[in-house]
Amino acid sequence: MSRLLAVSLGLLATFLASVAAVAQNNAPTAEWQATLDAARGQTVYFHAWGGEPRINAFIGWASREVERDYGVRVVHVKVSDTASVVSQVLTEKSVGKDSGGAVDLIWINGENFASMKENGLLAAPGWAQTLPNWQYVDVENMPTVAIDFTVPTDGQESPWGMAKLVFMHDSARLQTPPTTLEELLAFAQANPGRFTYPQPPNFHGTTFLKQILASTAPDPALLSRPVDETAFATVTAPLFAYLDALNPVLWHQGKAFPKDAAHMRRLLADGELDIAFSFNPGDAAAAIASGELPPTVRSFVPDGGTIGNTHFVAIPFNSSAQEGAQVFANFLLSPMAQSRKRDPEFWGDPTVLNVASLPESDRALFEAQNLGPAALSPQDLGPVLPEPHPSWVSALEDAWSARYGSR
Amino acid sequence: MGKAGGLPDVATVLVTTLLAGPVLAGLAGTVLPAFGYLPVLGHDSFSIEPFRKLVSMPGLTTSAALGFGTGLAASLISLTIVLVFTAAWAGTDTFRRLTRFLSPLLSVPHAAAAIGLAFLIAPSGFLVRLVSPWATGWTRPPEVLILHDPLGLAMTFGLVAKEVPFLFLMTLAALNRPHVQEYLKAGASLGYGRMATFFKIVLPQIYPLIRLPVLAVIAYATSVVDVAVILGPTTPQPLAPRLVGWMNDPNLSLRLMASAGALLQLLVSSGALLAYLLLEALAGACLRPRLANGHRHGREAGARISALLPMLTILAVMSLSMALLGVWSLARSWWFPAALPQAWSLERMLDALWAGGPSLGVTLIIACGAATVATGLALWLLEARGRRETGRLKVLIFLPLLLPQIGFLFGLQMFFLIAGLSGTLTGVLLAHLIFVFPYAFLALSDPWNRLDPRYAKAASSLGASRARVFFRVQLPLLLRPVLVTFAVAAAVSTGQYLPTLMIGAGRVVTVTTESVALASGGNRQIAALYALLQLAVPLAGFTLAALVPALAFRNRAAMRLER
Repeated sequence: MSRLLAVSLGLLATFLASVAAVAQNNAPTAEWQATLDAARGQTVYFHAWGGEPRINAFIGWASREVERDYGVRVVHVKVSDTASVVSQVLTEKSVGKDSGGAVDLIWINGENFASMKENGLLAAPGWAQTLPNWQYVDVENMPTVAIDFTVPTDGQESPWGMAKLVFMHDSARLQTPPTTLEELLAFAQANPGRFTYPQPPNFHGTTFLKQILASTAPDPALLSRPVDETAFATVTAPLFAYLDALNPVLWHQGKAFPKDAAHMRRLLADGELDIAFSFNPGDAAAAIASGELPPTVRSFVPDGGTIGNTHFVAIPFNSSAQEGAQVFANFLLSPMAQSRKRDPEFWGDPTVLNVASLPESDRALFEAQNLGPAALSPQDLGPVLPEPHPSWVSALEDAWSARYGSR
Repeated sequence: MGKAGGLPDVATVLVTTLLAGPVLAGLAGTVLPAFGYLPVLGHDSFSIEPFRKLVSMPGLTTSAALGFGTGLAASLISLTIVLVFTAAWAGTDTFRRLTRFLSPLLSVPHAAAAIGLAFLIAPSGFLVRLVSPWATGWTRPPEVLILHDPLGLAMTFGLVAKEVPFLFLMTLAALNRPHVQEYLKAGASLGYGRMATFFKIVLPQIYPLIRLPVLAVIAYATSVVDVAVILGPTTPQPLAPRLVGWMNDPNLSLRLMASAGALLQLLVSSGALLAYLLLEALAGACLRPRLANGHRHGREAGARISALLPMLTILAVMSLSMALLGVWSLARSWWFPAALPQAWSLERMLDALWAGGPSLGVTLIIACGAATVATGLALWLLEARGRRETGRLKVLIFLPLLLPQIGFLFGLQMFFLIAGLSGTLTGVLLAHLIFVFPYAFLALSDPWNRLDPRYAKAASSLGASRARVFFRVQLPLLLRPVLVTFAVAAAVSTGQYLPTLMIGAGRVVTVTTESVALASGGNRQIAALYALLQLAVPLAGFTLAALVPALAFRNRAAMRLER
């Protein structure tokens, strides 16, 4: 009964939202109207990771919406590694292709964004804040929507969703998961071979290192500044002491590591591991729904919080469909798209909007949602630890690789 | 066909320009950054810094040794298995029956074979599940290191399983040359054992025909990426997958070091080739005196059985791996220790077929296009050059196979961008041609050179024009190898991932690029589905290559395959 009520509320809310959207469309600013006019008829090649059918389906839905409402055609180019897209734009720049580039919009954050920004591969700053839906973005409570891995976005990328490191365990084999680093080590020592992490420089593996670093560093403030070679040794000493103890009791005694988070999650599903982790708080729920994880898997967050960040969409400097890309980015920020994205049935990715600031009808979209037993409520997700400065990434990766990556 | 010494013919010029531009661009795109020159990133002076940085990478020697060792070992083992099996069983019913099973395995993409194999032998894999928990007592997968072992044994095994069908097909083609049957009969009538006849009489004559394929296998196996990622060691990885990692690092300045690494990879691959040539010379010197020592080696039953075993194992492992992929393509959930999936789903298969349909069409167009052009060009080149030496041309043709793709492609991508072909179907087709043509030339040049020249002479003396000789005499005689070449070329084209991705710029989507993107999410059902879709194109090609000659030659006794 309550479910029925929720569904009807949801339907009503969707209806109201589209009414609201229409109301908004009726009075866009002159500049935005110019963007809308220029965008009509454009084709946007959206290069986005394509490894998750649910996300692909969400992008497909969003594409159909903007084509219908704004006459913008969006083609999802499924990518296995965002760095290859950066590489494509770099190559185009190196042969002087300043317009008509192959990439119009790219799903990005962190190092890849820093790298594109530094090498002048992005469209001129400021466009993200001019999007009409920017007004709902939770700039106040979520600093990472404007500061990506400590690098200011300068409006060169528009936020799309929130990521936070979340651990999962199979409650059928492990009832109470470890909630501190000491407990995790004790667990691994008592159950050799049942825990591991993706091999750095894989993104998730490096994040695990950053997580330990952020919780053990004597002076965490150092992490937000560019890495300092002399400080590196002292700051990372507790991290490597921890990893030294952990390594021999890892999966395969640390002689082999999973390739990426997907590989690690498959090992959890296969029963080789008891614990895995993900950057998407809705990952466990989504994977259970798609049959990739047993229904007994649950999420947890260690005491003291975990690393969190935001993922964005950015426009390369040589896109020939900049307006269309902006219209699509704006649609991705709309309450309708954001609430659908948060629903585990469609994706399960947290919103970047300040739900409390939304108009009543839009807020109802979010409040009607049931996130499922494997997901954590926002309160249970714990505090967000900030990402260190991007320069720490390669320093950490090099040090890891010298210690554990070559025997 | 007398043009010796004069101006080069049209076909040579065409092939040279078609290959030289991209190859030189690719080389420049590797060599310049390796020496510190990459202006777009602000590196505009030459230095050896990239090499210094490369050498300082932890575990570099191990990585290089792994690439060299696994590649060379896998090639040598594959060759041995194929030769010993052929020696022991050629001409028997068992041989004919196994042949029918082995040829389709050639169309299995490397990555698909590796995924299937990984699921078969992993601690949580199918074999352990079959015997758990009732026989082993394991309710959890045992904590043993089978995949990703530091010595690369699993990876070597995966490579062997995949290279044996290729070398076997090449050996079969070589066996098909005239008079082999007579040699076998002569050997038998002189009291030589079957295997002794093969090694002493047949092999010395057909070896030159399988030598180039072996070299291609070594070059490939020492620089393989996908198999290494799925089955290979990780601490450290072999050199080739590490190169890909560096090339794709968000820290763009690592590209310089990656280019230096690509040159090191070139050194590793050519080192392995040299080592093979040395071994070959050594084996030749040691074995030659024994060829004529007159020993008959009549008792060989034991040897024949042990020659059959590895071949049967590979056949069983590969068939089982493919069957597992088939099961996975329908499986929604499949938890340890169940030997069969707990939940099935047809929905995803239909989704994949629906979504993968257009990419399958594009794959087919590119594969057929590239295979037609490559085969036609190879034939034209061979016809035009007659029996002239192709030494220098061969270097150019085979260079794309020797250079590690990942380093080579950055320069190639620029070349296609400047030419305005990036992101177009034509561009991708041309890029494929660079990697497909060597295989087409490889598969065709020996059958062409072994074609009895007297047929063409007889036809010419009857007044037939050169074109008529080619189309009415030589081509029909070569129908079988031409079709096999076409199928091999189509298979190679279908397997191209990086060239499609980098030249296609995401606008040309094939089953292969789509499957890599979808598989990055780790969903086994989807990976299995797309692996099967990838298999469809080459399988169709090889089936046609087998069916068409059988139909065309149904009333030509002398054109039937003799094995």
